Amino acid sequence: MVKLNGVAIQGYGGYVPRYRIKAEEIGRLWGREKQELPIEEKAIAGLDEDSVTMAVEAARIAIRRAGIDPKRIGAIHVGSESKPYAVKPTGTIVAEAIGAGQNILAADLEFACKAGTEAIQLITGLVESGRIEYGLAIGADTAQGRPGDALEYTAASGAAALLIGRLTDDAVASIEAWNSYVTDTPDFWRREGENYPSHAARFTGQPAYFKHILGSINELLNGDGYSIKDIDHFVFHQPNVKFPLAVAKALRLEREKVSAGLISGFLGNPYSATSLLGLVKVLDEARPGDLILLASFGSGAGSDAYILRVLDGIVEKRERAPKLKDFIERKIYIDYASYARFRGKLRLR
Amino acid sequence: MGKVYVAGVGLTKIGEHWDKGLEQLMVEAALKALDDSGLSRVNSIYVGNMAGEFLQEQAHLGAIIAEDLGMVGTPAYRVEAANASGAAAIHAGALEIASGRADAVLVIGGEKLSDGLIEEVSSALLMGERQEYEGFMGADFYSINALLYKLYMRRYEVKDDLIAVFPMLSHKHAKGVAHAQYPFEVSLEKILSSPYISEPLRRFEVSGVGDGAAAIVLIGEELKSKIKTPKTELYISSATDFMTPFEREDPLRFQSLGVAVNKVLDEAKVDRGDVDLIEVHDATSIMAAISLESSGFAEPGESGRLAMRGEFDLGGRLPYNTFGGLKARGNPFGATGVYQVAELHLQLTGRAGKNQVDSPRVGMAQSLGGVGATAIVTLLKAV
Amino acid sequence: MRVSRHWRNKLFRYRLVGWRCVSCGAFHYSKPLVCKRCGSREFREVELPKTGKLLAYTMVKIAPKDFKDKAPYLVGLVELDDGTKILGQLTDFTKEELKEGARVEAVLRKIREDGENGIIEYGFKFRPEIHHPP
Repeated sequence: MVKLNGVAIQGYGGYVPRYRIKAEEIGRLWGREKQELPIEEKAIAGLDEDSVTMAVEAARIAIRRAGIDPKRIGAIHVGSESKPYAVKPTGTIVAEAIGAGQNILAADLEFACKAGTEAIQLITGLVESGRIEYGLAIGADTAQGRPGDALEYTAASGAAALLIGRLTDDAVASIEAWNSYVTDTPDFWRREGENYPSHAARFTGQPAYFKHILGSINELLNGDGYSIKDIDHFVFHQPNVKFPLAVAKALRLEREKVSAGLISGFLGNPYSATSLLGLVKVLDEARPGDLILLASFGSGAGSDAYILRVLDGIVEKRERAPKLKDFIERKIYIDYASYARFRGKLRLR
Repeated sequence: MGKVYVAGVGLTKIGEHWDKGLEQLMVEAALKALDDSGLSRVNSIYVGNMAGEFLQEQAHLGAIIAEDLGMVGTPAYRVEAANASGAAAIHAGALEIASGRADAVLVIGGEKLSDGLIEEVSSALLMGERQEYEGFMGADFYSINALLYKLYMRRYEVKDDLIAVFPMLSHKHAKGVAHAQYPFEVSLEKILSSPYISEPLRRFEVSGVGDGAAAIVLIGEELKSKIKTPKTELYISSATDFMTPFEREDPLRFQSLGVAVNKVLDEAKVDRGDVDLIEVHDATSIMAAISLESSGFAEPGESGRLAMRGEFDLGGRLPYNTFGGLKARGNPFGATGVYQVAELHLQLTGRAGKNQVDSPRVGMAQSLGGVGATAIVTLLKAV
Repeated sequence: MRVSRHWRNKLFRYRLVGWRCVSCGAFHYSKPLVCKRCGSREFREVELPKTGKLLAYTMVKIAPKDFKDKAPYLVGLVELDDGTKILGQLTDFTKEELKEGARVEAVLRKIREDGENGIIEYGFKFRPEIHHPP
């Protein structure tokens, strides 16, 4: 466990695209019954959206909340496994679109579903060392599941951004402690040039998701200062509805400590954005003084865990921009045909 | 400035000429015009064409046409002003005659749209707007017209029938016209039940895709007395406006057209009321309405009612698009402006056949580039 | 080549940044040498407001070739909160929301792609404004 010193979230933003497809509609094609489906519905990026545009949406909201001049941002790290370009940074497009300066660090990260939380670690390091004043940590994905595969029900679209700077009186939440836990565990992967990822089915569970999330959390709580009972909200990566609840059970958590951060049942799993969107939802609802434990999971495999303390600044800052609820509620249902077109599954050439 | 006369015209039928290239169509029209004038040589050739560089990947049409006409050695240039390219070529040719540098000029307008797919023709048309603005927005020619259509209906509190009356009128006048692309009548009901191309603009309210070429021979004073063929006297003026209608003081007014019309009336010493027939740039129904109102032939918001009352019929106060206009005769972009003037010439020389207007003395043709960013107005007087 | 043409215009396309004439206030989306309205040669860089109202809209069904795979799509004339009138595509609208006078906000979207191998040109589109309590 590493303790951080004087670093805080100054602004945050979550973005969920407007389109939803019901798992039932996907199941209709593949002969699945309702009780077999892992979630209710998932969020789908529109025809004109990708991880770049969603990253920009989330970043703009985070900046509005922080109320700072984007020229003061010194680093932008975007985590994604669905970059629109195999080669060409997402970070530079985001930087220009939000009006950041040019003497900044812009780099993209990839670690399956945990690339977004990795960005937090890099940005906090830069802020803590005094190299930058503010930095943006973004997770954004238009996740793809192979048609007919179990992943198709959950692979979703979304983005979240945290604007991180020095700890001040009006900060949203301080970032107090961090731990990462990684091993070489090939539970899910996508080879170069492939359109869809592959996975090792049930192997993604115990040896991958559960081992790494729990490994990361246990080490984080192993040091001095924090115990499970002090934590008010837990946010886990959630590839489906069951997995985060199983983690909660393993940690013997009360249901209300995890419920605020659950999104996958109605948004699906937007990979790098998933745990961050859970955090955004918790921040929209939390009270000053609350302690939050965030634990991501990325296949391949690893987990980043953080402890955050909600500060007084949240009360005013969260009202400055749309909340996640605003995006969750403005949904338009689409059928499988539109979904196929929006997500490039329809061959036009 | 010397006087300019039209001494011969040549038209090809507008349609899908699969077996003919752009150059062949232009040469065909040019030879007809030369034959009509009785001349075999000219001092200069001006070619009007908008989309050849895109649809045929062909620039340098001046020298190509000179060669294909067997006139190697004759100066020849292409003139381009979007949909008004043909009229711009006439303007250039007329200036050379008026300056005294030439006594006979051949003007050819030609376009071959059937070489493009529908989306390529749409792209070609969009080249008349700013690529970095409307082009990037995907706001094509028809969508801009549709927005104007909505603003028009809202401001003047009229329904679409008072705008769709213009294509109906063009079709009525095209009936039986040999060179027209759509030589048949279309009822208002049929127009108003055709599918939207861009709501509220319907498919039967916009000109179609066709190939065609038209040519005219212009001469000066000196040749006028030597040539026996029927002649008309030509005046031409032009003006520009902001590229996008929404940056103009009034998007529902083509100020360029108003200015050009006033200039040409002034130069020809003719009153608006003396104009006996008019060719209007009805690339879309709404452009026809706005054109008539911008040039003072109808009060703002009133053109549709005048049309409904028959004022623009062949036997009306001001016969309109007497061979079918862009809508029904056809609109091969760069050729259209030349067709308009050639048709006026046929009317004023009493050679309009069954479409002949009763002994006209003055005719006006209005050609627009883009959505009115360029306006070129030609006025012909009977000699 | 599209690349340099897009790159030159990115400030306007990404953030609605352009130039306003110091003497008459006319807006220019690319850096002018002479004001199109009054002929002045003095400009200041401005970032236009991202919100406004929809004045009129239509749907493009038969699109130019660069937009063929995007059709049908909506095009709107928007009056931004500072009075600037601007054309743009509309996105994420429901039928009920598509009304003249509707509040809109500019968001970054993919506008067109230069084929499967070419660059993606991003730019603003307008969507229904997302309200949140002040």
